[in-house]
Amino acid sequence: MPEAVIRTVGLGKSYLTAAGSFPALKGVDLCITGGEFVAIMGPSGSGKSTFMNLLGCLDTPSSGDYFLVGRNVAHLARDELAALRNRCIGFVFQGFNLLPRMSLEDNVALPLVYSGCRRDERRQRARSELARVGLADYAGARPNQISGGQQQRVAIARALVNSPQLILADEPTGNLDSHTSAEIMGLFADLNRQGISIVLVTHEADIAACAARQVRFRDGLLVSDEPTRSETPC
Amino acid sequence: MLKAMLGEAWQAMGANRLRSGLTMLGMVIGVGSVVLMLAIGQGAQYSVAQTISTMGSNLYIVIAGSTSAGGLRSGSGGGPTLTIGDAEAITELDGVANVAPVQQGTQQLVHGPNNWSATVVGTTPPYLDARAWTLQSGYPFGDSDVRAATRVALIGQTAADNLFPNDDPLGKTVRIRQNPFVIIGVLARKGQNLDGRDQDDTLIIPLTTAQRKVFGNPFPGSVRMIMVQATSAEAMPAVEASMVALLRQRHRLREGQDNDFYLRNLAAAADSAAETTRVMSLLLGAIASVSLLVGGIGIMNIMLVSVTERTREIGIRMAIGARQRDILAQFLFEALMISVAGCLIGLLMGIGGALLTNALTDMVIVISGTSVLVAFAVAAGIGIFFGYYPAHRAAALDPIEALRHQ
Repeated sequence: MPEAVIRTVGLGKSYLTAAGSFPALKGVDLCITGGEFVAIMGPSGSGKSTFMNLLGCLDTPSSGDYFLVGRNVAHLARDELAALRNRCIGFVFQGFNLLPRMSLEDNVALPLVYSGCRRDERRQRARSELARVGLADYAGARPNQISGGQQQRVAIARALVNSPQLILADEPTGNLDSHTSAEIMGLFADLNRQGISIVLVTHEADIAACAARQVRFRDGLLVSDEPTRSETPC
Repeated sequence: MLKAMLGEAWQAMGANRLRSGLTMLGMVIGVGSVVLMLAIGQGAQYSVAQTISTMGSNLYIVIAGSTSAGGLRSGSGGGPTLTIGDAEAITELDGVANVAPVQQGTQQLVHGPNNWSATVVGTTPPYLDARAWTLQSGYPFGDSDVRAATRVALIGQTAADNLFPNDDPLGKTVRIRQNPFVIIGVLARKGQNLDGRDQDDTLIIPLTTAQRKVFGNPFPGSVRMIMVQATSAEAMPAVEASMVALLRQRHRLREGQDNDFYLRNLAAAADSAAETTRVMSLLLGAIASVSLLVGGIGIMNIMLVSVTERTREIGIRMAIGARQRDILAQFLFEALMISVAGCLIGLLMGIGGALLTNALTDMVIVISGTSVLVAFAVAAGIGIFFGYYPAHRAAALDPIEALRHQ
């Protein structure tokens, strides 16, 4: 039995609003083991974004516990969470979120700057990750010189550069056409086959169908958790 | 890491060149004006110190009191109250280095077809030491010349230039009231005194000769003034007290009776002149510092705008693992880079301005390494001080909010 990459126990999050405390997440228990590919689905306001922020260590829960690779991270300080984001998690966003002034290579190498790598090592690892997503020839280009699909590949290379156990992808195909979306999902499936756990937020059923397991949220609660029925994965 | 951050700060500056340049301009003007103003102030201090040193240091001048005849008062130095004996008695006091009785006035000097009006000073040999005056050529007169009332003279540069335009004055003769004086020495150049009077427009002759042949003296043995030099600045108050006591005793003045002489402290005058220029240069520096402050505020303003504009970038950096101190350092570096770059350009412009002022006017300009260093340190301090608040704001952003920012 592989080790649990993610285990949440009664994870809850409330926000203080003018009308009082608003519970966005009402106690979620979920376990994701190493090498799983999970899609998180649900309508807006269902709490899936809040859940993703917690999984990504961008936020701390109001109640419950979150074990990331066996360590309870629910009550860590900001800088400790930053170190976890840097080393254990790779983020892929809907809007790519590359820094426009930097070359693709520098964008990919940026997480290594914060983990204190030396310059030549940063360079070498960034180049090898760019090659892994098929963009070795574009190392010196700027984000605005390549297509959206290519930008998302660069973002994936950046997420991979510190060899994380987990990739969190928030609507990664939301800004892409269906053909490019299929390519990106193919890339995720490849990475998953190499043993990296992937958690993907989407509201498109055919994108979610690429994952082996689908989790649904509604009104701050986990309402269904089942394996994908389709026999044709990406 | 440090190198990567410097590189990023450089990139960020380059991304908005006009804005970075304008922000820098505030520092350029601030540092430039501080350096220039300090250079002008220190130049003024230097030239006053130069002038003071030519007057001779730690000097007192004792001047004879006035007389009054038929309601007509003579003004200071007019009375016969000071004597050669007084001067000799002062020599015996502790802390006194040089004493020289002086009788002086303006006389017409004649050499061949040339004539020139100059200050004629009758005195004794210690006068040159008291005024720290050296000879450019020849030799000074001695005590024997004073005793024998010989007709010898030391000539100042301005008088020499006018009487002997093309000649070496040494060994030549100058006539004063038909009395021939042989020039045995030429004085070194001194320049103006604090009043702006040309100290080189002078002829120095033995006191006795001056009294008998040039000025005449209705009261034999009296002198108009005595120049007294103390051994050090610290000795001056003691010398002053003992000198006043001595003269009152010698002049048989009773308790409560006014002094029949005046005491003038040249060191005090020099001190106040030096103090004036010191205050002036402080004031110039303070005014220039205000522009430095304004430059610093400009940096803070632009950094705040930059943090707002780059909120999303900050969010991305936080998501991929930037700690708060990484974000803080990034924005501090940017502020520091703008202020230090502005400071360097400002230094060059300030020094250039000082050199230009030096070349175009006769103002003395002194650029000291200290003032350059201070300007640099202050600029770096301003970068950190005014850069800290925006950087802190950036570091305190919530990563989720920052990522959502459009």
